[in-house]
Amino acid sequence: MASTITSPAPGDDRVSARSIGARLLSRPEIGSLVGAAVILVFFLIAAPPFRDVNNTGTILYQAALIGVMAVPVSLLMIGGEFDLSAGVAVTTSGLTAGIFAYQFSLNVWVGVLVALVLSLAIGAFNGWLLMRTGLPSFLVSLGTFFILQGLNIAVTRLTSGAVASNSISDMDGFGAAHAVFASEFKLGGVTIKIIIVWWIVFVAIAAWVLLKTQIGNWIFAVGGDAAAARAVGVPVKKVKIGLFMAVGFFAWFTGMQLLFVQNGVVQSGEGVGKEFLFIIAAVVGGCLLTGGYGSVVGGAVGALIFGMVQLGVVYAGWNPDWFKAFLGAMLLLATIVNLVVKNRAEAR
Amino acid sequence: MVRWQKKAVAAVAAVALAAALAACSSSGGKQKEQSSGGSGSGVANTPRMKVALITHSGPGDTFWDIVRRGADAAAKKDNIDLQYSADPDGAAQANLVQTAIDSKVDGIAVTLNKPDAVIPNVKKAIAAGIPVTVLNGGLDQWKSSGAIGYFGQDERIAGQATGEKLKELGAKKVLCVIHEQGNVSLEARCQGIKDKFGNVENVNVNGTDQPGTQATLTSKLQQDKAVDYVVALNAGIALTAVQAAKDAGSGAKIGSFDMSKEMAKAIQSGSVQFAVDQQPYLQGYLAVDALWLYKNNGDTIGGGQATLTGPAFIDKANIAAVLKYAEAGTR
Repeated sequence: MASTITSPAPGDDRVSARSIGARLLSRPEIGSLVGAAVILVFFLIAAPPFRDVNNTGTILYQAALIGVMAVPVSLLMIGGEFDLSAGVAVTTSGLTAGIFAYQFSLNVWVGVLVALVLSLAIGAFNGWLLMRTGLPSFLVSLGTFFILQGLNIAVTRLTSGAVASNSISDMDGFGAAHAVFASEFKLGGVTIKIIIVWWIVFVAIAAWVLLKTQIGNWIFAVGGDAAAARAVGVPVKKVKIGLFMAVGFFAWFTGMQLLFVQNGVVQSGEGVGKEFLFIIAAVVGGCLLTGGYGSVVGGAVGALIFGMVQLGVVYAGWNPDWFKAFLGAMLLLATIVNLVVKNRAEAR
Repeated sequence: MVRWQKKAVAAVAAVALAAALAACSSSGGKQKEQSSGGSGSGVANTPRMKVALITHSGPGDTFWDIVRRGADAAAKKDNIDLQYSADPDGAAQANLVQTAIDSKVDGIAVTLNKPDAVIPNVKKAIAAGIPVTVLNGGLDQWKSSGAIGYFGQDERIAGQATGEKLKELGAKKVLCVIHEQGNVSLEARCQGIKDKFGNVENVNVNGTDQPGTQATLTSKLQQDKAVDYVVALNAGIALTAVQAAKDAGSGAKIGSFDMSKEMAKAIQSGSVQFAVDQQPYLQGYLAVDALWLYKNNGDTIGGGQATLTGPAFIDKANIAAVLKYAEAGTR
């Protein structure tokens, strides 16, 4: 700091109301919001189809495919952990529902429920093993990642004899489940996929839980300093296992979207590498890799940035060879903006 | 800038240029590649069209680079603005088809290797009045999707042809190397070989990890001395297999799918016995050209049937005719 001499504060600065500007600047997602606005303007100029309002649905869909999972991944990162198995867990869930319903010739909804139970169990297992062994979440979830990746392919081949699950599109309950997870509707000329609506609902609920409830405080506390949190009576173990189970729940939801949007078929090899996209969305959105700081809305904005960049490059008609380099630059820029904004906010 | 600085800059530039000219290689290099390749035919005077080519390729794959060159050549000739995009993830590729619809293109060429994910959006494109051609993958599904043509090979038939070829070559036990676990086309190739040849063992390697692939194949060949033929499913893996056989002290011979510059040289030198070529350049070229013909003359290449671009075998007997195109990156 340049100077240690400050003018005396008028009155007691502990109770003085902060200006709206200062309060806004101290929000974790503000950096990513600025970034998203810059990228939006950039592509509005560079890519003519980007200006067409009707294409908003396509961009939001691309964002939602990552954004739904970015909700629990952001929460988990605020809670100080992360989950490398989140990408393949989505595929596992879709496969489970499809294979179970097909093999036992059951109503599709039974498969959907079995997949939910399994996804929550995978999350609980991750959390339990983490708390039980004290190993870093990197190692625990890396193990689960490999186990699930192998099981996805092995079990699919065992049951269907091929590398994709059998189609369940002609089975009872498919229509209703498709309506819930993968339908779409028109909104003033814009085609909105239902997952976008769900995404917004999920972000709203998770943001409310994080900011307005005791559980939210607990999440910040276990991510900031687990030992201190335990000392003041926060159930650290329960919170962390719960967070991993939340990842399981959203993996189930995304897996169902995958299953029902693809005509009831899931390819067993998919999902690898997606876990990093979820983490990228959360980090771009202002979540700290070390935990204790971040926001759900930020994660959603991170996913939106990712979707805009990914499709913006296509809409602009650029050579996609450059996409990854462009993405990397965006990622660095967004995180640096985050850092600067955060430091300035804290200096106030 | 002062004058002596300008002079210095000019002098440095002149020296650098002279050095660059003097250092020109008499063989290979970019200049040769540029001057030898490409079809320098005329350009159509039809109105400019916009066409999207959307594949399931991962980034940096030689095979898809050749497909793109073919598509680019057709686009240049037909006065088409070609927009290429790709994503190995099924849902993401489907969404790229949606972006093409949003961009109001005049035609879409697409791979259907993840048919269940992509076909719904293909149908949407057709409903929006955008003609669609299918290339490379989707032989069983392209017709029902409403596309106007298919350009690719039947992977199972290509595998069966390879099985026959191996029988002819007197192989006893074949190792079929799958470099992308869970890829339907690759599975079909190995299955095709098994149909006709019988004694086939599949092995999975990670195609994007060259050292790991080599180690896996070396240890496999050390462990099973009965293997006398390794069939790789892409050119890069085949060349890795050559090295692995050497390292393992195995006498196994190598056969392969798909071509590349290096593969052509390996066939010429005899380190790889044969390659099954599905002519990716042709796939890209025809898929784009078919859209132009359809728009300007109502034609459909193949007349409602699939147009098979392979399997064509390339071995020592015909490599001479192919080599120069392979070196130019179009075979």
